[in-house]
Amino acid sequence: MKKPDKKIKKELTIAQKISRRNFISFAAFTVLAAGAFEGWRWLYKSPDEITGITGEAHKPLRKALNQTELFFRKVFSNKHLVKTYPKSMAARHVRVNSDIGVEAKNKFDPATWKLQVIKTGGEVLQVTLPDLMALPKTEIIYDFKCVEGWDQISHWGGVKFSDFIRHYKLDDYAKMQYVGMETPDKRYYVGIDMPGAMHPQTLLAYEVNDKLLPLEHGAPLRLIIPVKYGIKNLKRIGSITFSNTRPRDYWAEEGYDYYSGL
Amino acid sequence: MWVPSLCFKGLPPGGNYVSMKAIKEKHSLAMRWCHWVNFPILTIMIWSGMLIYWANDEYSITIFGHTFFRFFPDWFYNTLQIPHRLSEGMAFHFLFMWFFTLNGILYILYTAISGEWRELVPKRNSFKEAWQVLLHDLHLRKAAPPQNKYNAAQRIAYTAIIIMGIGSVITGMAIYKPVQFYYLTWLCGGYHFARILHFVLTLGYVFFFVVHIVQVVLAGWGNFSSAISGFEVVNENPVPVIDTTNEDEKAG
Repeated sequence: MKKPDKKIKKELTIAQKISRRNFISFAAFTVLAAGAFEGWRWLYKSPDEITGITGEAHKPLRKALNQTELFFRKVFSNKHLVKTYPKSMAARHVRVNSDIGVEAKNKFDPATWKLQVIKTGGEVLQVTLPDLMALPKTEIIYDFKCVEGWDQISHWGGVKFSDFIRHYKLDDYAKMQYVGMETPDKRYYVGIDMPGAMHPQTLLAYEVNDKLLPLEHGAPLRLIIPVKYGIKNLKRIGSITFSNTRPRDYWAEEGYDYYSGL
Repeated sequence: MWVPSLCFKGLPPGGNYVSMKAIKEKHSLAMRWCHWVNFPILTIMIWSGMLIYWANDEYSITIFGHTFFRFFPDWFYNTLQIPHRLSEGMAFHFLFMWFFTLNGILYILYTAISGEWRELVPKRNSFKEAWQVLLHDLHLRKAAPPQNKYNAAQRIAYTAIIIMGIGSVITGMAIYKPVQFYYLTWLCGGYHFARILHFVLTLGYVFFFVVHIVQVVLAGWGNFSSAISGFEVVNENPVPVIDTTNEDEKAG
């Protein structure tokens, strides 16, 4: 029904303007919402990566984790130290959260243990516990943080990884990008980026609460690396390797961030 | 004599004179964009946050040794398929944190630069007025205090939610990189407390969401529609009260 109207034809009436703007905005909203939903579905259903050095994560999410690491690497500094606490605040009973690679049923004698540092050309540097204990000792009482979300103030003693490198003249190896560490039975293994390993608070620890490590805490030698989550703090270090490619990492294969830096 | 109905033709058609509809701009495009983008992002952040929280679900409401509620009961976890998805939760959380933060920065920049913050941040009398708004909403008070775009309670709530968003980013960074951002962790009262704050803020969002939805439903379609279209349809007949209010506002 046309009503005689004196207005110019091209000028829209208020009612027309209202319905036109409503149509455009609601249509745009619907399209964007559908797009967002499809985008989410694509991401949620995106296939997992093929397990190599890392595994079990949706492909795009792994990419995002790696990119995010590259960003936060820029703020990493040896001057950023984990907060330390007085000895009185250290837990008496240090939590044991995992026994992968140090299972009690597998016989292991710390007395016959030697740390194997794998050098280029197949040369192996063997280091005993007394060797390590002869080096300057560093202690740290800090809040150990687990990827699960718990944290506990604990007291560790050992050799700074950077002191160890200098003492054994491994400086050229420390110019490489990664350190790999594995348990003697090779069931647990971690890859650590060199800046994290050389951080002044990273220890090759042989003591907890002023006593030699018990087996369940990784006797005779474990990694204490406060700039990483607990999953990187390998117990019972059997071997150390250096490389410019990422060494294999137990939890990175299980969908966790390879770097897991704090 | 018969009186033809044509006699009435000369009279103005009633409708147009009784109420003249007009478009009143309400929400800018940037504001609508940030609002609606935030909704799915925050949903994903809360969901992935729960996947993470499950791995160490230590929080409960305990008063004088009596636990009233544990976050979360098993039926809740199982219904939402939360258990044993920590690594997946972290991967989602650490991707969508970027979008959450960027969207928040965009919103704050826009609100600050455009001057729209004037409609948003509480005024000196907002806290007193918000009480009156609450009483009005609960049907305990007849008149609502005069308002512009947002009433006093909205000003407080919408500003608080932005501050909470900033709080989530800061507490999040404090627990994400507690060594690199040690000063943030310190600011949040330490790693342990920062995690609690991060969790409580999330409870705050859920609470906000519930109230928000109830209010949106009560406010009706026109109000909801404006959050998508940007405008509201108003009657333009001069109503003296509104005019006075507008001039007062302008003068103030």
